[in-house]
Amino acid sequence: MAETRTVTLDLATSGTDAQGHPVRVPLGVVDPEAEPDFTAENMLLNVGPQHPATHGVLRLVVQLDGEVVQRVVPHIGYLHSGFEKLGEYRHYNQIVPLTDRTDYLAPMANNVALTMAAEQLMGIEVTERCKVLRVIACELSRIISHLVWLGTTAIDIGAFTPFLWTFQEREKVYNLQEAWTGARLTTSLTRVGGMMADLPDGFEDSLRHFCRNFPPVLDEVDRLLTRNGIWISRTQGIGVMTAEEAVNYGLSGPMLRASGVAYDVRRDRPYLDYETYDFDVPIGQHGDVYDRYLVRVEEMRQSTRIIEQALDRLPDGPVNVDDPQVILPPKSAAMNDMESMIFHFKQVMEGVPAPVGEVYFAIENGKGELGYYFVSDGTAKPVRWRIRPPSFLNIAALPKMAEGHLFADLIAINASVDLVMGEIDR
Amino acid sequence: MNPTVDSLRRAFGDKVGRVIVSCDQTIVYVDRESIAEVLRWLKEAPDENYDYLVDVTAVEYRDPERPIEVVYQLRAMARRAELRIKAELPKDQPLTVESVVPVWRSADWLEREVYDMFGITFTGHPDLRRLLMWETYAEGYPLRKDFPLRGRFSRSEQVRQALAANPEAHYSLDELSIAQAQYDLPEEMRERLERGDRGRIPEPKEERHG
Repeated sequence: MAETRTVTLDLATSGTDAQGHPVRVPLGVVDPEAEPDFTAENMLLNVGPQHPATHGVLRLVVQLDGEVVQRVVPHIGYLHSGFEKLGEYRHYNQIVPLTDRTDYLAPMANNVALTMAAEQLMGIEVTERCKVLRVIACELSRIISHLVWLGTTAIDIGAFTPFLWTFQEREKVYNLQEAWTGARLTTSLTRVGGMMADLPDGFEDSLRHFCRNFPPVLDEVDRLLTRNGIWISRTQGIGVMTAEEAVNYGLSGPMLRASGVAYDVRRDRPYLDYETYDFDVPIGQHGDVYDRYLVRVEEMRQSTRIIEQALDRLPDGPVNVDDPQVILPPKSAAMNDMESMIFHFKQVMEGVPAPVGEVYFAIENGKGELGYYFVSDGTAKPVRWRIRPPSFLNIAALPKMAEGHLFADLIAINASVDLVMGEIDR
Repeated sequence: MNPTVDSLRRAFGDKVGRVIVSCDQTIVYVDRESIAEVLRWLKEAPDENYDYLVDVTAVEYRDPERPIEVVYQLRAMARRAELRIKAELPKDQPLTVESVVPVWRSADWLEREVYDMFGITFTGHPDLRRLLMWETYAEGYPLRKDFPLRGRFSRSEQVRQALAANPEAHYSLDELSIAQAQYDLPEEMRERLERGDRGRIPEPKEERHG
């Protein structure tokens, strides 16, 4: 055992402390035998769960050989709230607020998907105006979801400016969302058989204004990133998934299409009359981070196109189906006439029963294929409510994508997945 | 009805049980012993080619007599066709079913979640451990109908247990093996984890119910 040494340092100050004693810095024992051998072992690094680069409470345990990722073990569940269990104790309309909190970056689209699943189970056909309003809600959600993705991913890779620009645009959509639903995040926009509210005054003009001014901002982001040498070298050839792998790993949404698989629920299992809208489905070729970026940016442009078409065709007429068993009567009627009050009471107390059966209904959400699976035993509460979360399956492929890459690339790949933990953990 | 049902009957005979159509979606019940074989055939038979596993989940009904169902939602990407396959697991028998991870990689986390939430064991799964709940969670399986909505213990009891728990217990055996830190765990716990024993469900107190 070597002794503990005390070394007196030359200091710029007088070298004495307040008591006049010389300042001494004790150094630890240097024992060559005790030095850890960094060459023989791999380093184990814990990333998250509280870390901005994991985009939520995702925890990654990474085994590193130098800077090369050898193994990634993702851990999820930090935001697990038991939504599926809660849904079994609630009426179909009461589940809508839970869906705000799953994919909280695109709450309106979740609301739409949930009520459409319930309507399919109950055999309800919604009105034309309601369909168009729901298309607007879905596409606005896709835009804000992709804007968050674009801004945060650019920050992860080292570009700060796109974050400011995309969040500024997102704020405009949030203002529209707030005007429509009264909430910025917990929108609860839809009801079984209709919507919580029709569009407020002036909404259409504001939305048209947004649709005119949003593509130029995308063009600026495009100019800043798409041909940027740093962006290209950080994203091209990183986290590649071939088409076959993407299908086998169950990827969906932009992740799947960036790998060259042309599957878009809006195209291939159309809902809300999407087959009558004119839009393109962008497809990547390489399945890397760069292609995912290109696909998402193009999807935002296509969403703007869809919204413009929806505004052009927006029909007048009722938003809700004309069925007092399903839709709550207006408040004034519930207060003033007996029959409406009874319908109101029965709906609030007993809910809307669904016939015995089950349904799997999926929409194309910003993150991918969002599916809801309901099993009903004939009561007003589902026996089983299953969420098929797109980013759950997308993040499950992270080890496959990241292993063998540099650690800095792991951050880029993780960002390219576009995960949202509320939906993964539910 | 999906035409795959006829070819399934031709290929597997009485292993294919009843067929239901609900909301225009075809549901085929398959014998639990041959579920993995049937699913592999559905993926690999050239005329079927269900190459995309959309979802794996389970359903427990409110009627306690009804068996638990494992649900596989399949899609043939090229044909845009969908099919739902179910296997029934009676509750008086061990809840086990063969894993389909060798067929679809996407089944990995989906099956882990079903194990975590329903306690259904997938034999042959490469890494079957809890996913959303933590490794040493011992109160059972949250999505089972006998699991109370608010959990088995009161809030204060949950806090007490959490404070008393060994913090190492929140690490999975998998990462402990990377870190070579499993030797820091208590002897008893290490043995338990190596056996694959996830702990004992404490008797619920009479204190409160769901």
